[in-house]
Amino acid sequence: MSTLLIRGGRLLDPANGVDRVADVLVADGVIARIGDELSSVGVDRVVEARGKVVAPGFIDIHVHLRTPGQEYKEDIRTGTAAAVRGGFVGVACMPNTSPVIDNAVTVTYVNTIAAQQGHCKVWPTGAITKGSKGAELAEIGEMKAAGIVAITDDGMPVENGETMRQAMIYAKQFNLMIMDHCEDKHLAGGGAMHFGKVSSLLGLKGMPAAAEEVQVARDVLLSMETGAHIHIQHVSSRRSVELIRWGKAMGANVTVEATPHHFTLTDEIVMEMAYATNTKMNPPVREAADRQAILDGLRDGTIDCIATDHAPHHVDEKEVEYQAAKFGITGLETAVGLVIDRLVKPGIITLEQMVRLMSTRPAALIGVQAPALVEGAAADITVLDLEKVWTVRAEEMASKSRNTPFVGWELTGAPHATVVGGVLKMEEMKVMG
Amino acid sequence: MAGLKRKDILGLREMSTEEIDLILDTADALKDIVNRPIKKLPTLRGKSYVTLFYENSTRTAKSFELAGKYLSADSINIAVASSSVAKGETLVDTARNLEAMGIDAVVMRHPMGGAPHFLAKHLKASVINAGDGMHEHPTQGLLDMLTIRQRKGAFKGLKVAIIGDIFHSRVARSNVFGLTKYGAEVWVAGPSTLLPAGFEELGVKVTTRVEEALEGADVVNVLRLQLERQEKALFPTVAEYSKFWGVGPERLKLAKPDHLLMHPGPMNRGVEIATAAADGAQSVILEQVTNGVAVRMALLYLLLGGGDAA
Repeated sequence: MSTLLIRGGRLLDPANGVDRVADVLVADGVIARIGDELSSVGVDRVVEARGKVVAPGFIDIHVHLRTPGQEYKEDIRTGTAAAVRGGFVGVACMPNTSPVIDNAVTVTYVNTIAAQQGHCKVWPTGAITKGSKGAELAEIGEMKAAGIVAITDDGMPVENGETMRQAMIYAKQFNLMIMDHCEDKHLAGGGAMHFGKVSSLLGLKGMPAAAEEVQVARDVLLSMETGAHIHIQHVSSRRSVELIRWGKAMGANVTVEATPHHFTLTDEIVMEMAYATNTKMNPPVREAADRQAILDGLRDGTIDCIATDHAPHHVDEKEVEYQAAKFGITGLETAVGLVIDRLVKPGIITLEQMVRLMSTRPAALIGVQAPALVEGAAADITVLDLEKVWTVRAEEMASKSRNTPFVGWELTGAPHATVVGGVLKMEEMKVMG
Repeated sequence: MAGLKRKDILGLREMSTEEIDLILDTADALKDIVNRPIKKLPTLRGKSYVTLFYENSTRTAKSFELAGKYLSADSINIAVASSSVAKGETLVDTARNLEAMGIDAVVMRHPMGGAPHFLAKHLKASVINAGDGMHEHPTQGLLDMLTIRQRKGAFKGLKVAIIGDIFHSRVARSNVFGLTKYGAEVWVAGPSTLLPAGFEELGVKVTTRVEEALEGADVVNVLRLQLERQEKALFPTVAEYSKFWGVGPERLKLAKPDHLLMHPGPMNRGVEIATAAADGAQSVILEQVTNGVAVRMALLYLLLGGGDAA
């Protein structure tokens, strides 16, 4: 296997007490040596990292790879190319595919394609209920044996409280986390954006924040009742953050992720962009106080990790009337830029927090070995360029879909290189191979 | 007369008072054509437009059609049931096909808010919003404003009470956006389940008590109870609605004696408005209809006539 030298960067791995300028020699898929002025003689490839930050590889636990069945939106090859371009060494993919990933055979199919075509690691998640219909439990144990890292009915959340309670009790014995897209569909009422002043001015049906909050409250309480690990996906509202903070203080086994769009945007964007459907996602971006609560939660540690909810859609599904457009935006290729530009540069979180939120903690949540900058560890590494000023361009994206509201944004900070299993997969935002 | 410096008429929220003044002045100048024996000006000869209606309409569609005919434009009308939309064609494809046939403007009514904005991005032709979902109905807002201006002279300081289902009403939104720009005191009143969020931030007074809104009002605009839009249990019965929020002669005694009574039509007599009020001395409901033709003539003239109008 080839060798790689990452030279002169600032190594930052708070979980292992690493913060030093050093060279990293990668050989045979692992970090062979960390030291000063390591020789590049005989090394196949050198990544210049002077002035850059070398971090344990980033992991996104909320990605839609659309395989099987919706490969016209994204497939495992393009989705993982987008991941490594965005600085991620691994992704957990959601089971709301066609058919739903609710059995071991489909899990194995995803794993097989990922092994053949993936640019990075892919960890499938499985459905909670058969077909994500919210009625009968899926074969959770069989799927665990086939390699799933969590269960979720993302997008079609379990409505029945008793079904959810039993699913939690059942999942707990397999040590599986339940990831929940918290939405009471009755309260959401077919809305297309956040319910509030802006939806009122635009004459669009709104989804009140309570549509998320009542399910968050239910989940926190059921987690206390059952002891099962519930993970709240893409938190969007102030009261949801407060409910989770309360639950954690009460000892509930609850964790939570936030997306770059929820910590960056508010519902004003729908008006500013004049009904552009790339502002339509579920849960929707909400008001300034909601965004602030998410920033506070990221700063004080209430929020465990950053995940993108990368949700590619075909242009034909987005170039329609707002109400008719699909929910969701892509996120893998803008996440690191937004985290640096919007969170690290303004001092909302530190670089150390960024590494925990995007690498160490998400790995722990899905129960995989956390990437580490120590000799002998698997070489899953993300190199960051904190000073790079760049413009988000649709035509440069590796994803099959370009449905993001951030096209045209100028950001400071970018992923510089991605190393997956010892192989350089991306440098200067260009995917290799 | 200078033309409008915009391609499309999507809503009153994004328009300036200068633009609205120009439209209303133009409508005033064109209005008397409606009452002439020979109702025809050659102004828009050789121009064509389509009325593309994804929702039923009689008044607005026919008003646009006549407005164009009085100015010698050619128009065709497409209703959703008779179009290829029923065969699954997208909005953009439908409009691009019409544009390829050479039309200069699309007048569209659509059940989804923002649909005209979406269309306008994709067409070189002008787009006139004839009502988009719960969002705006700018030509109705303009004709209401024209009616008020003709009778009251100006908008500043007038108390305008808009009564009914504000939440679902594009008419209410266009009136609110237009009138507040001129410093009118706009009140909206209706059941709490039919009041929209955030209107207070526009300087609008919001109340559930219809009497409070009517007290000393110069203008009373009663909205149609859109029974077809009531998908959930937002009020128990039409009878209860009528009892608490219906407008009739007794309640109208709270308004100024010289108030104007308006309604965008079609009326549900005995529900949101009593016949005695609708047909009473203060009613300007049919004037609104005439002004509707005038406003639509003005918009077609300003958008299609350009600088080389006859």
